[in-house]
Amino acid sequence: MLEIQNLTVTVHDEAGTANILRNVNLTVEDKKFIVITGPNGGGKTTLARAIMGLVPVTSGSIRWNGAELADKSVTERARLGVSYGFQQPPRFKGMKVKDLLNIAAGSKLSHDKACTLLTQVGLCARDYLDRDVDVSLSGGEVKRIEIATILARNCPLMIFDEPEAGIDLWSFARLTETFSEIHKKKDATILIISHQERILRLADEIVLVADGQVQDRGPVERIYPKILTQTVSGCNLLEVDSKC
Amino acid sequence: MLNEIQKHILEVVAGMKDGKAEGAVNIRTDGKKAFRSNSEHITIESKTDKDGIDIRVEPFTVGEQVHIPVVLTEAGFHDKVYNDFFIGEGADVKIVAGCGIHNCSSCDSEHDGIHTFYVGKNAHVVYTETHYGEGEGGGKRILNPETIFYLEEGAKVTLETTQIKGVDDTKRYTKAVVGKNAEIVVTEKLLTHGSQYAESEMDILLNGENSRTRVISRSVAQDTSEQVFYPRVQGNAPCFGHVSCDSIIMGTAKVRSIPEIACNHVDAGLIHEAAIGKIAGDQLLKLMTLGLTAEEAEEKILEGFLR
Repeated sequence: MLEIQNLTVTVHDEAGTANILRNVNLTVEDKKFIVITGPNGGGKTTLARAIMGLVPVTSGSIRWNGAELADKSVTERARLGVSYGFQQPPRFKGMKVKDLLNIAAGSKLSHDKACTLLTQVGLCARDYLDRDVDVSLSGGEVKRIEIATILARNCPLMIFDEPEAGIDLWSFARLTETFSEIHKKKDATILIISHQERILRLADEIVLVADGQVQDRGPVERIYPKILTQTVSGCNLLEVDSKC
Repeated sequence: MLNEIQKHILEVVAGMKDGKAEGAVNIRTDGKKAFRSNSEHITIESKTDKDGIDIRVEPFTVGEQVHIPVVLTEAGFHDKVYNDFFIGEGADVKIVAGCGIHNCSSCDSEHDGIHTFYVGKNAHVVYTETHYGEGEGGGKRILNPETIFYLEEGAKVTLETTQIKGVDDTKRYTKAVVGKNAEIVVTEKLLTHGSQYAESEMDILLNGENSRTRVISRSVAQDTSEQVFYPRVQGNAPCFGHVSCDSIIMGTAKVRSIPEIACNHVDAGLIHEAAIGKIAGDQLLKLMTLGLTAEEAEEKILEGFLR
């Protein structure tokens, strides 16, 4: 079980101090499929990165299966079964796709297993296993390889940060199937940050994060219509001659 | 008879298990011939006017190999050798060279290998050269290779040079004169550590119509080591050249990259890219989220970078 209590992340820079997360409380039962959604800049990615240890926590607690994560390194958290798919994954000159998958799996994967992982994210293994994870790959390809590394890790807690970003419609359909399959098998607790209705509709529950806090939480049938009614497209003030 | 140190070095620099390899072989230890054998279409002969060997590959020889490693284990030994390669028309061969120095003394050990390749029409050569140093002595391990290629029409050379460990001081010079429809692909991998110094200078002259080159230089400078690169490509005909130099710096190391591309023909197309920087933080973090420690992540990144 993932238990987050009074989690606060504050950043200081030249512009001043900003509270990115303010006393966030969130509990996720084992094997649940949760989608975190909300407006840009609301704190979703910071929350996910705080769980993985990629941003320093100002105060509060993050417990995973009873173990306090807040004072643990990224490596220790990873070894406790936490995994995180980056929103913008880094590229590696000279490192091949199969190398990255082997590192993720913690051992050398069989050819068949590596192929299966790439197929699950809509990539043809024959074309990709020996390619470098560098600028020769498109953003969508790197993103799908990133998701494959999380599948290779097969951790009890999988966090995906906007997995749909940059991915074409055909591959996206394959990806939603993969998430659905993992959930059906009850292999892992899944946290996905997403804005996509198709992913939202797969979830057991939606968590709405905005303004650094959990604003609401509930089934998709209740939360999704609520989000739609609150949507304002762009600036709602008309500007004429530099006056609103 | 080769001793265990020599056998170990031969395996590191030339992939020769127990000092043995297929094809034509010439092993040079401490300035002397230790072993030589020819293959069906490749002969190796000692020079008569200076120290070194002539390697002759008959025209249309396909699939034969040459191994010509050099080992220095004698304290304070300074070795200079001239090796000339004559590759016949249409041949397709792999040549493995390499030099390893084991220096346990306080005196400097040095090997200067001057290799000149005359690559015949439509011949293909894959040439790999590995440099390595070991030993606990305070004496420097110095390697100054000079490699010159003359490529006739349609010839192709793939040059792979690697210096991964233990060489204290190196000044490398590579030159290629590339003829019509000929191509040279150079991959240079270099790692310096401690207070080592490495300098690599390169001149590629694209003289023939439709001649091509690709130069890929990857280096890692650790600790207080220093590296300097001078990759120069000249386009003297309709040709294409691409040079890409990437370096990772660590600790208080220093790297300078001074490229030059010169087009002397309106249809010459030359590109140069160079980047020097430390390991990106998000690369380390990504591998740490996969369960590696920071040190393990760094090692994996460098391993891939210098592959």
